[in-house]
Amino acid sequence: MAVELDVFVGNTTIMDEEVYQLWLDGYTVNDAVKVRMEGGVLDECEASADVLLSDTMDQYRTFQMCERLLHSPAKLANQLLFQIPPHRQTVLIERYYAFDDAFVREVLGKKLSKGTKKDLDDISAKTGVTLKSCRRQFDNFKRVFKVVEELKGPLVENIRQHFLLSDKLARDYAAIVFFTNNRFETGKRKLQYLTFQDFAFCAGQLINNWTVGAVDNMVEDMDVDLDKEFLQELKELKILITDKDLLDQHKSLVCTALRGKTKAFNEMEANFKNLSRGLVNIAAKLTNTKDVRDFFIDLVEKFIEPCRSDRWTAADMKLYLTHYTNSAHILDTFKHQVVWDRYMGVIKSCIFKMYHD
Amino acid sequence: MPGKLKAKIVAGRHLPVMDRASDLTDAFVEVKFGNTTFKTDVCHKSLNPQWNSEWFKFEVDDEDLQDEPLQITVLDHDTYSANDAIGKVYIDIDPLLCTEAASVISGWFPIYDTIHGIRGEINVLVKVELFNDLNRFRQSSCGVKFFCTTSIPRCYRAAMVHGFVEELVVNEDPEYQWIDRIRTPRASNEARQRLISLMSGELQRKIGLKVLEMGGNAVVGYLQCFDLEGESGLVVRAIGTACTLDKVSSGSAPNTNTHVHPNTAPASNACNSPSKDGKESPLAHGCRSTHNSPVHSVCSSQRLSQNFSVSVPTLIFTGMGSGGSAGKEAGPLKTLLRQHTQTALEQREFPFFTLTSFPPGFLVHVGGVVSARSVKLLDRIHNPALGNTRSYKLLDWNSVTADEPETRDAWWEEIRQEIKSHAKALGCHAVVGYSESTSICEEVCILSASGTAAILNPRYMREGCLDIGSTDHRFEDPSPPSCGFCHIPYDELNMPFPAQLTYCYHCRRQKVPDVLFTTIDLPSEAAVTGKGCLIQARLCRLKKKAQGEVNATAISNLLPFMEYELHTQLMNKLKLRNMNALFGLHIQISVGENMLLGLASATGVYLTALPAPGGIQIAGKTPGDLSNEHHILTIQKRINDTIAKNKELYQINPPKLFALDPEVFCGINMELTEEGLGSPIPEPRQRSRLFRSHSESSDELSELDLSHGKKDAFVLEIDDTDAVEDIHSLLTDAPPPTGFYSCNTEIMPGIYNWTSGIQMFTSVRVFRLSNANLTNQGLNKIFTDLCENLLKSFYFKLRSMIPCCLCHLNFTVAVPEEELIQVAVTAVAMTFDKDQAQEKPAEKPINKGSSENEEQLQFPLELCADVSSANTQPSSKVSGTVSLLTPAAKLCQNQLVMIHLPGVPESTNVSSRAASVDYGSFADRCSTWLELLRLKAHTIRRGSVKTSRRTQSLAHSVSSLERCSPLPEGRSRSLRSSRSFGGSSVTVVKMTPLSFLPGIRIIKYLGIINMFFIRETTSLREEGGVSGFLHSFIAEVFAMVRAHVAALGGNAVVSYSMKECVLMENPNKNQAQCLINVSGDAVICVRETDQEPTASMTNIGQTCCSANDGAT
Repeated sequence: MAVELDVFVGNTTIMDEEVYQLWLDGYTVNDAVKVRMEGGVLDECEASADVLLSDTMDQYRTFQMCERLLHSPAKLANQLLFQIPPHRQTVLIERYYAFDDAFVREVLGKKLSKGTKKDLDDISAKTGVTLKSCRRQFDNFKRVFKVVEELKGPLVENIRQHFLLSDKLARDYAAIVFFTNNRFETGKRKLQYLTFQDFAFCAGQLINNWTVGAVDNMVEDMDVDLDKEFLQELKELKILITDKDLLDQHKSLVCTALRGKTKAFNEMEANFKNLSRGLVNIAAKLTNTKDVRDFFIDLVEKFIEPCRSDRWTAADMKLYLTHYTNSAHILDTFKHQVVWDRYMGVIKSCIFKMYHD
Repeated sequence: MPGKLKAKIVAGRHLPVMDRASDLTDAFVEVKFGNTTFKTDVCHKSLNPQWNSEWFKFEVDDEDLQDEPLQITVLDHDTYSANDAIGKVYIDIDPLLCTEAASVISGWFPIYDTIHGIRGEINVLVKVELFNDLNRFRQSSCGVKFFCTTSIPRCYRAAMVHGFVEELVVNEDPEYQWIDRIRTPRASNEARQRLISLMSGELQRKIGLKVLEMGGNAVVGYLQCFDLEGESGLVVRAIGTACTLDKVSSGSAPNTNTHVHPNTAPASNACNSPSKDGKESPLAHGCRSTHNSPVHSVCSSQRLSQNFSVSVPTLIFTGMGSGGSAGKEAGPLKTLLRQHTQTALEQREFPFFTLTSFPPGFLVHVGGVVSARSVKLLDRIHNPALGNTRSYKLLDWNSVTADEPETRDAWWEEIRQEIKSHAKALGCHAVVGYSESTSICEEVCILSASGTAAILNPRYMREGCLDIGSTDHRFEDPSPPSCGFCHIPYDELNMPFPAQLTYCYHCRRQKVPDVLFTTIDLPSEAAVTGKGCLIQARLCRLKKKAQGEVNATAISNLLPFMEYELHTQLMNKLKLRNMNALFGLHIQISVGENMLLGLASATGVYLTALPAPGGIQIAGKTPGDLSNEHHILTIQKRINDTIAKNKELYQINPPKLFALDPEVFCGINMELTEEGLGSPIPEPRQRSRLFRSHSESSDELSELDLSHGKKDAFVLEIDDTDAVEDIHSLLTDAPPPTGFYSCNTEIMPGIYNWTSGIQMFTSVRVFRLSNANLTNQGLNKIFTDLCENLLKSFYFKLRSMIPCCLCHLNFTVAVPEEELIQVAVTAVAMTFDKDQAQEKPAEKPINKGSSENEEQLQFPLELCADVSSANTQPSSKVSGTVSLLTPAAKLCQNQLVMIHLPGVPESTNVSSRAASVDYGSFADRCSTWLELLRLKAHTIRRGSVKTSRRTQSLAHSVSSLERCSPLPEGRSRSLRSSRSFGGSSVTVVKMTPLSFLPGIRIIKYLGIINMFFIRETTSLREEGGVSGFLHSFIAEVFAMVRAHVAALGGNAVVSYSMKECVLMENPNKNQAQCLINVSGDAVICVRETDQEPTASMTNIGQTCCSANDGAT
């Protein structure tokens, strides 16, 4: 004795947001029923477990049928199979493309290859995100990456238009695509303390300032790749550390400005040359792809860690970097002001964002 | 009248990948009509081809236009091998043949393949040019309008109701032809789809011809069914009610005196109105209906024998209790009157009407349910020896095998005769709410027909009602509309069955039965106490497996017992809910190899005019046994508790409370005056009603109290375990959860203020019985649980719509295989405004409907008044009634005061207490509801202001998303407008099984939608098992219906129904096949902007509901 077939189809497709979330999170039907039961839906509606099971199955089936459409969200608005009100469509898409920070942290900057996909079960075990959900998120990244990779125009806007995502989510995806494309190293122990949002912010800074698109937005691939010319020009900044006079001049200018304004003044003064060398060296090496990958780890090793060990506060950091950047303008023999600003602008905001525990 | 059909193929989109190598498709399109085929160019390597073809022109007969669908096939071009079919679209061009309906079909249609389902969409444009042709012998009936709606469609007025039309067409089922062994499943399915499409086209044309012959221009309540008889063939049959409809121009509805000659009105409106030859049945003159006769529901089935048919001899009386007062007034006058009307209707072969609701005044009295069933053996002998070559060609039955449809015709003819004679036995001359159905298992077929015996006002059935209008008026039925239909039509002295008659509790003047069963909707003017509810009787009976005649005999022997038990169950459940009438009664008996299933659904109500139902009393057969006694006592207590609980649940406060409670009494007065004010012209009829309700509300008390003591309780005897089981099952029916109501009629009696939130749904469940030796009792329990669980599922799924009502719950049961029970349900959930739900129909979305109906009636009424002489002035009519009434009323009142004084204080106490409790909880609910509204309004406002801010947090705060749902909508819209690939082009199409949409006005009917689909799969597991398979198929069917409606320019389907859902599965072979037939009326509707002055509240409510609407 068993229910062999049980379907419920509404003219307007019925979707329960709670069940949708459970489905996205990779719960099996039975687990989802358990969760819902614990959530107390039954009590408020005088229903039995059977009813809940039947409802959950129905909804899971609906979501499975919708999934194909969600892969190209633009179709969802044009398809005839499901009558879904627009605001509900938006919710469906937004939730489908949402991801877990814990998960994305694990794959950020990695190649979205079959190999990575095979490792998903490890990631699933590590992050506690179900394998099914991991796969969905991974496939989403890959899908967005593939579509956007080839497109002209601003990255965020492209993602938003093709996948009908909110601005926030589109920006996050842009970050993921950017990281994936440049293969930034994010998985090292020293970088573990950084959240996805830290990286997303930095990615935004890099996209907006260091890519070709930042200068001219009609170039192909503009938002995904760093501006090669700019990277070349960065080499010129080396003069700041190679020219002894310039280095001393710079140091004295900064120290004059900082004196008395912070408790960490002594450490700043002592470390100035080291820190300056660190930052300028990072800039000079960015022409190598390998060094681009290590950009974040370099920032942490060469700058953030020394500062942290000297117990700079965030305010100290801000103060120091502001004066460090501005003082360079006063150096009369230093001619690369534009490149310097373009470089330091990003470095400054990245470090601010990254300077925390 | 030949015509030119033009079709243009514009573009395709979302096509499937047909070429694996390139991941693209080289698509082209074949357009076929009749035997002519055109092709478009091949659009290479594209999944979104733009063909932009020329106009393909077909010059055809209108006969073909009616029969044939336009067939569009999308194919993938292949240079080396045969072209692969992607899928097809069948477009029924019938709607284009009627000038009033759609003028062009244009839109995106899903490309459908019977194996793969929907595969992309195609944009098509279709037009028709008709040439006038005055050929008298034409075979076509272009221009006759068809409606599935079982009432006079909104925006039309019935100038005349002609009566019953029926037709059936028979053909060999392509699935059973020898060629089926060698062709692919796809080819076979397509042959079937096409054949059925052709057959329904032909059927519709033939019915249309009959309508034209009768002088009508439309068919209302058109019901078309398929009988898949397997080897013996395929029957498509249809019934309907022929009418002459006039379009009511929406602006100046009631007072269009421009049509002075109703005879010309239809002529000008219908695109080819019939010439009035003297064929019209001359209907009786000067009839009226002053009857007061008792009625009950008789349901009987009697012998129908013919070579292999087996009779079902029964005459079941659902009227319980006996005795009955002898009326004196039912004098010779009445019989005389009846004779008049009867002759009028008897001119027709079958005075049947498929309508379930009527313009006010049309229905005079209702007798009760009449039904007939007959068991037949389908025999291959009748099957024509067909040449296999014409598998596709529709057979010309006139020449080849005229025998076949005739056999089926004869079967139905017998049944209809039976129904007719039952109606006569009930003293009625007509049957309304008439429907026919079949259940087939192997070679056994049960034919069923049922309806409600009634006496109708013949005014609608006569031509030139104008001239006789005067007589009509003089003898206008004095019964008030709110109870008149309850008065018995049959002779009290010569009752067709034992029934207990009392004087009408509403008008006190005529006799009414104690219980009334009907198949129609509750008349809008009927007075109802409290709310209604869905009542179902469910029954399973095992039978031995057998063949041929033995089998048929076994079945027909079982049928009467089943009917009897179903009726007993219905009656018990009705009493348990403290109600006294059933509407929309539909009894389905389904036959399987080893069992019969019976399911009776109806909506129970407490009709104010009928006596209060007595309780249910339990009696034991063995009085000595103490434990037994105790047992009985506990059961009795439970029953009494349930009754009391139900009383509260359905708000059944017997009318005497109303009358005694001054507050409520005031309420009645107010409402009545309001009603008077509300209508554009204070119609004399209304005034008279007003007067009557005054007088009767006071005079009601007398007899109410007098009859108080002698109410017979309904006795149930417990003599064996069966009875105990029965009682248990009686008590297991769970009431719907708070905030939910359910009914199977169009609308819920007692709810009057619908808001616009609707959700139509179809649900199917199949249950497999695993243990082989089940008892009847065990089966009953399983079946009952199955139905109850389905309902519970609905309540749960639709909980976000609370407060809401499931309307038009239509259950269909089947026994597809030996151990399977299949239940399919289509219904609509509608939200209502809880605030006003408690009050009486003060003024009203629904009354909007009924007032529209009144408009339909007012026209002839006014005409009568205008044309006829002064003595028929409405005023004189009223005064006449009054004078008649007063002496009696006065007498009553006097008596009343004297008898009643001692009892009054007590009852006042009771009533006021009851009222206060009620209002308390009401106020409570009110305030929470208000709170909710305020909250919602607030969120909406907030959402719109803080758009950008909110979006930021979207991805993260899952829960906040829910709260500000209106916001993403705004955003997405702005986004989409900026998007490069055009925004959503999909029209929202609402669907409902009802004839109307709440809060929405239908402005145009675009034609009937009647679609038949087959879906088959050979990869059942991959598609998610049977559930996955059927789920996507039903979704696809909805999508195709919506696409067709949208292409016609419509935005809603009313009177939608799923007539057939036949599922066959073979999980071992990983295969399944399903056939679905759906129908409905495509309409254009607009929001009712001219809302009531209760603006602020309703508006907020509506915003919420539209949000809800979307949310669900």
